[in-house]
Amino acid sequence: MKKLDRRNFIKGSLAGGIAAAAAGKARKATAAGGDFGGYPDSMGVLVDLTKCVGCRTCEAACNKEQGLPEPDKPFDDYSVFDEHRHGGLPRRTTEKAYTVVNRYNIEGREHPLFRKVQCNHCNEPACLTSCFVNAYTKTPEGAVIYNAKVCVGCRTCMIACPFYVPAYSYSSAINPVVKKCIMCYDTRLKFGRPPACVESCPQGVMTFGKRKDLIAIAHEKIEATPGKYVNHLYGEHEVGGTSWMYLSDVPFEDIGFDTHLGKEPIISYVKDFLAIVPMVLCIWPALFTGFHLLSTRKQANKEESTKA
Amino acid sequence: MNKLIAEGFQPIDTLIKPSTNNPWSFKDKLLLGLTPQEYTKQLVRNPFNWILAIIYAVGIPILVGRFIFGLGWATHSSYDYPWGLFLGWGLFVMVPLSASGFMLGTTVELFGRKDFKPIERLGLLNGLLGYFFAVVFLEVDLGQPWRLVYPMFVSLGPAAVLFLVAWHVATYLSVQIAELVPATSELMGWVKPKKFIKSIVLGLTVAGIILSTLHQGALGALFTYAPGKVHPLWFSAAFQWFHFFCSSIFGGLSMLIVVSTLSKWFLQWRCDANFTKNLDKLTLGIAKGCSLALITYLVIKLVALAHDNEWGYLLSGWGQLYIFEMTAGVILPLVFFTMAIRTNRAGLARFAAFVAVFGIALNRLNTVLITFNWHLYQEIPHWREFVIAVTVYATYIVVYRAVLYRLPILYTWQGDSK
Repeated sequence: MKKLDRRNFIKGSLAGGIAAAAAGKARKATAAGGDFGGYPDSMGVLVDLTKCVGCRTCEAACNKEQGLPEPDKPFDDYSVFDEHRHGGLPRRTTEKAYTVVNRYNIEGREHPLFRKVQCNHCNEPACLTSCFVNAYTKTPEGAVIYNAKVCVGCRTCMIACPFYVPAYSYSSAINPVVKKCIMCYDTRLKFGRPPACVESCPQGVMTFGKRKDLIAIAHEKIEATPGKYVNHLYGEHEVGGTSWMYLSDVPFEDIGFDTHLGKEPIISYVKDFLAIVPMVLCIWPALFTGFHLLSTRKQANKEESTKA
Repeated sequence: MNKLIAEGFQPIDTLIKPSTNNPWSFKDKLLLGLTPQEYTKQLVRNPFNWILAIIYAVGIPILVGRFIFGLGWATHSSYDYPWGLFLGWGLFVMVPLSASGFMLGTTVELFGRKDFKPIERLGLLNGLLGYFFAVVFLEVDLGQPWRLVYPMFVSLGPAAVLFLVAWHVATYLSVQIAELVPATSELMGWVKPKKFIKSIVLGLTVAGIILSTLHQGALGALFTYAPGKVHPLWFSAAFQWFHFFCSSIFGGLSMLIVVSTLSKWFLQWRCDANFTKNLDKLTLGIAKGCSLALITYLVIKLVALAHDNEWGYLLSGWGQLYIFEMTAGVILPLVFFTMAIRTNRAGLARFAAFVAVFGIALNRLNTVLITFNWHLYQEIPHWREFVIAVTVYATYIVVYRAVLYRLPILYTWQGDSK
């Protein structure tokens, strides 16, 4: 065995220190990567976009369940699919509609593809982490719910949501609030029942179940019929994973899904800043008082000498 | 006012009325020693007040309308664009331009640069009013402004960046009020409050530095919640807070130069010799601070580009906007400031300061509004939004001017009680 002299000891401990630091960094990286991954028994919904025929029954069911105002056009009016909002974009969720179905005409596909939009109920929701009054809660059942009683109306959640889901009742001057899908938490999910839209669907587009089971089912589906689906379960990893997940037979970017969101939950991008907060709070007082003592030292010395 | 001064009028700057040896009354102090008739006359004579009257005639009904008919009536705030001009201009532009308070407090009280004393109070006031009106803008924008204190007392979300902003701006506002107590004490003839503040001024200054570092940075960090929405050239998860903090340093200092220049031009009668004589030298001193902050900012902006490898975007249309912002808003003022310092020309430093303030405004508006949702569509604020923003900003100017008229900011109080 090699004798451990002092020089080697220092060398070794230096190397060890660097290794430890590197390991520490790696550990931190995974922690910042949002290993939370959601509640273990969180529920979710698997949407098979290939099955949807665009009947809008789910929109109607949602409207009824949530007690939303009557829409401008009835739910059996399919001209809404030709509507475009600002910027030529298809319809989106609003204060009057927590879910909407849009049509996409895909070249080479026999029928158009329909895509349902609603809150995806993230595992680590950006809206929740950005809210300074804690108005949002991710329930163990998987829903992201919202408490209108404490909302101040800063609308940071709408800035933060990577899916552009939360809507706001701008028309109200007295009590404007955020309006979004809550996965029918109050009336159904709490009691173990699927959301109204899922139950209403005549085509069986949506499967309600435990999120982890749904992931397994989805991958089985992809493998069972090779070539049918795109090999991607949208929502499995996006922004840390979402409760609502999607299977499609056309690339997701062609049907309005943002495929550049990455796997990190949104809060990971904010952690760089959050980490400096305690440092500034702890270091600045002593540091700047020290600067003060240093920069006024001459003056203090002068006073000292005149006294003496 | 200039006419009155020419006629031999002297605005109040002492506690005791010279002719009678009696103390000035509070009313006298409010009216600067004029009779109500004389005061009204000079108000009417000032053409700027007529501009203000027009702004208020149009703006106040629309501002009231916003609270009656809601944000949907007054703004183009939408589901995709929740924030408009009120926050884009009122919060994100005004707060960095108000960083002068902590910068000057630090220079004078912490680093002991007493030679900056003649402009210190103007720096503090610029900070206080800027923050106060940023909160006013926030109140106009919030859906339920009466719940402003909820994050403090009712329902706390301490892990959110905005929580930090709310608490820090609130705390910092009280720090800045405390820092201006001495000026108020002199006007009112109070002795104890001034002494007390003097005894804790170092603590206040250090608190100011901490709070400013964090909330100026936090305003930038707010956009790290929207990594896909802000254009990559204006977004950097690692450096966003530092970009905002560092640019607020030259933003606040440049704004101080701008305000001192405006005071020199339009409030000459209220500036005393101590302020006027030292101003050129102080402007160049502040210019040095600005140029250091500007070069730091320029470098860290480039580091951010390299860190995320975003050079390719520079060739796009957005890249042209970015290059314009960096050239006109950062490199140009940096060159002007440096030239001004080298050749000892305060006038050039003043021009540079105006350019730098424009640069800050451009950067913040680019981040908040113009490049936000760059892959969706562009939104132009509603005309009522512009009118309300101008109205609130006009009120900021009115209050600013009213305070400068009265408090010993631009002039030194005579016969101080110490």
